[in-house]
Amino acid sequence: MGRYILKRFVFMLVSMWVIVTACFILMNAVPGSPFTTAKMTPLVRKQLEQKYGLDKPLWQQYVTLLKNLLRGDLGISIRERGRSVNGIIASRFPVSLVLGTEALAFAVTTGLALGVIASLYRGKTLDYIAIIIAILGVSVPNFVVASVLQYVLGAKLKLLPIARWESPAHHILPAFALGLTTLATMARMMRSSMLEVINQDYVRTAKAKGLTPTQITWRHCIRNAILPVVTILGPLIAGITTGTLVVERMFGIPGLGRYFVDSIYNRDYPLIMGTTVFYSAILLLMTFLVDVAYGFIDPRIRLAKGRAD
Amino acid sequence: METAIEGKAFAPSSGEAPLLSIEDLQVSFYTYAGEVHAVRGVSYSVKKGSSLAVVGESGCGKTVTVQSVMRLIPTPPGRIKGGRIIFKGKDILALSEKEMQSVRGKEIGMIFQDPMTGLNPTMNVGSQIVEAIVKHQRVDKATAWEKAVKMLEMVEIPNPKVRALQYPHQYSGGMRQRAMIAMALACEPDLLIADEPTTSLDVTIQSQILDLLLELQERLGMTIIIITHNLGVVARLANEIVVMYAGKVVEQGTSSQIFYRPLHPYTHALLRSVPRLDRKTRTALASIPGTPPDLFVPPKGCAFAPRCPRAMKVCLEADAFPMELEKEHQVSCWLYHESNPRAAMELEKGGVAIER
Ligand SMILES: Nc1ncnc2c1ncn2[C@@H]1O[C@H](COP(=O)(O)OP(=O)(O)O)[C@@H](O)[C@H]1O
Ligand SMILES: [Mg+2]
Repeated sequence: MGRYILKRFVFMLVSMWVIVTACFILMNAVPGSPFTTAKMTPLVRKQLEQKYGLDKPLWQQYVTLLKNLLRGDLGISIRERGRSVNGIIASRFPVSLVLGTEALAFAVTTGLALGVIASLYRGKTLDYIAIIIAILGVSVPNFVVASVLQYVLGAKLKLLPIARWESPAHHILPAFALGLTTLATMARMMRSSMLEVINQDYVRTAKAKGLTPTQITWRHCIRNAILPVVTILGPLIAGITTGTLVVERMFGIPGLGRYFVDSIYNRDYPLIMGTTVFYSAILLLMTFLVDVAYGFIDPRIRLAKGRAD
Repeated sequence: METAIEGKAFAPSSGEAPLLSIEDLQVSFYTYAGEVHAVRGVSYSVKKGSSLAVVGESGCGKTVTVQSVMRLIPTPPGRIKGGRIIFKGKDILALSEKEMQSVRGKEIGMIFQDPMTGLNPTMNVGSQIVEAIVKHQRVDKATAWEKAVKMLEMVEIPNPKVRALQYPHQYSGGMRQRAMIAMALACEPDLLIADEPTTSLDVTIQSQILDLLLELQERLGMTIIIITHNLGVVARLANEIVVMYAGKVVEQGTSSQIFYRPLHPYTHALLRSVPRLDRKTRTALASIPGTPPDLFVPPKGCAFAPRCPRAMKVCLEADAFPMELEKEHQVSCWLYHESNPRAAMELEKGGVAIER
């Protein structure tokens, strides 16, 4: 197990370095610079470029970047006059985190429950309802879901606030819109995983022991069916993370997503790099944690790797 | 000359009531391709303390029959269409699902064919045994765990305290089957059903598991139904044998009757297909020519007739019924029916076909 975790961890670091390098290359390959849009004399531009180190050769910029990243310093934003990228992230990310966590918690619990119910009522009405939700959830993009919810529940029925980020009621629509795809994917995966497990020999063994259907479902079916579903949590969290970029904008939520998108339009190099590094770090960390969690749930991995140490 | 030929179906063989008796059981599976008549009127019974072997080519309904006893037939597609299964005086098929839960594991234990997939991979073996104990006995977790370890010890798993905490993937195939046996016996059931318990194991392990079953049966005075392809297993373990073909019982009797005085041509063929160590020359293993009938449309005559070297006209037209030809020895074959003028002679020479 220790070796398994170490391997995953090294993999995570290497991926991070690849992302930083790719981002650096792309950023410099795209035409334009932070100062192309602003009106300024060549002299002023030169001074500004000097200030942000953009006049140095690229390899030097790259080395400085890596050095700063290792110290955890993401630099100073060019557009947001003098604010550090670290500061921007620290002030804005908590909002995104709350939204993302709410969406994830809602999606995972409801999705799993829906999948389990669908599998237990295979071919019956409840199953079809679950399948329809799953298909809708996967095929309808979150911005469409968001606008439909805003229109129907917000504008027409006036049940929930349309936008902004104030009372708990303000969280419901964006969290739902953001989580729906994940919910649907979870439900679909869990359903097929359950259907597979239900036909396994060990479920029959459990029944032959005289266990009740509830005991069989909880201890033998769900426990095994959830394993493959856990592995897709990584990509699903990635989906929610990127989803915040859109949903925050649509609901006027003051999260980090807005800065990520704007930084690209503005060619705000430090902010692009900073937010990219930050988002990637979250995703890689999540994937890492999911892998580790999987190793812990599945005794075949936990113990096999443990012995290899 | 008076012969013992009479058409007595389901004749009770002895005075005392059997522990389990299956009466005219019919089970079908409704598939897209049509109705599979998997079990077509099977009757057999097993006395307390006895060990009964069920033999027959694969697909003849052995598993479906015993799974009906445990009510483990997946419904749909399966359906028990008729018959009765009387266990300790009550009809299993009439029990509610809830009542059935206290029969499974507690009164009837079952071991399945494939020990590699029969255990839950994410639960340690001890807990899987504890689960059965806690379900049926009023004991706390700690006592149940002790009992589980004792069970593992009983099935001769070395170091049972440590092994109980391990997961199935840390067990070898033979050990898993031992664990399955421990689990099936944890609540001291009256009846143990073992469905091909050794088929998927390699030969040396097979005989170890059989030794174990044999010993446990003697020690615990258990009643066993064992399904097997392996007539060697039967010879060692069983004192009664049921021979099945295409969803029906074609012959049943005591072990010595079946081995030394087989009557049904199918039983002959089955016995001939067993490798014999006592033959010096390596005669080719006689496999039975032909294939079992299609169970979608079972033949109206005897299902074995198309492959039978002794088939007569009547065999294709009507199916024979079970006839008790000697005490506890029943056979369903027209050769022995009183309408056959040579019936008595056939019985005397045991229906052996002229060697080709
Ligand atoms: N779930 C099922 N669906 C359809 N047919 C089945 C099913 N289970 C068993 N059968 C059929 O029932 C017949 C008897 O099977 P089985 O009792 O497993 O044979 P065996 O004697 O080898 O144990 C076979 O022809 C098989 O195809
Ligand atoms: Mg079978």
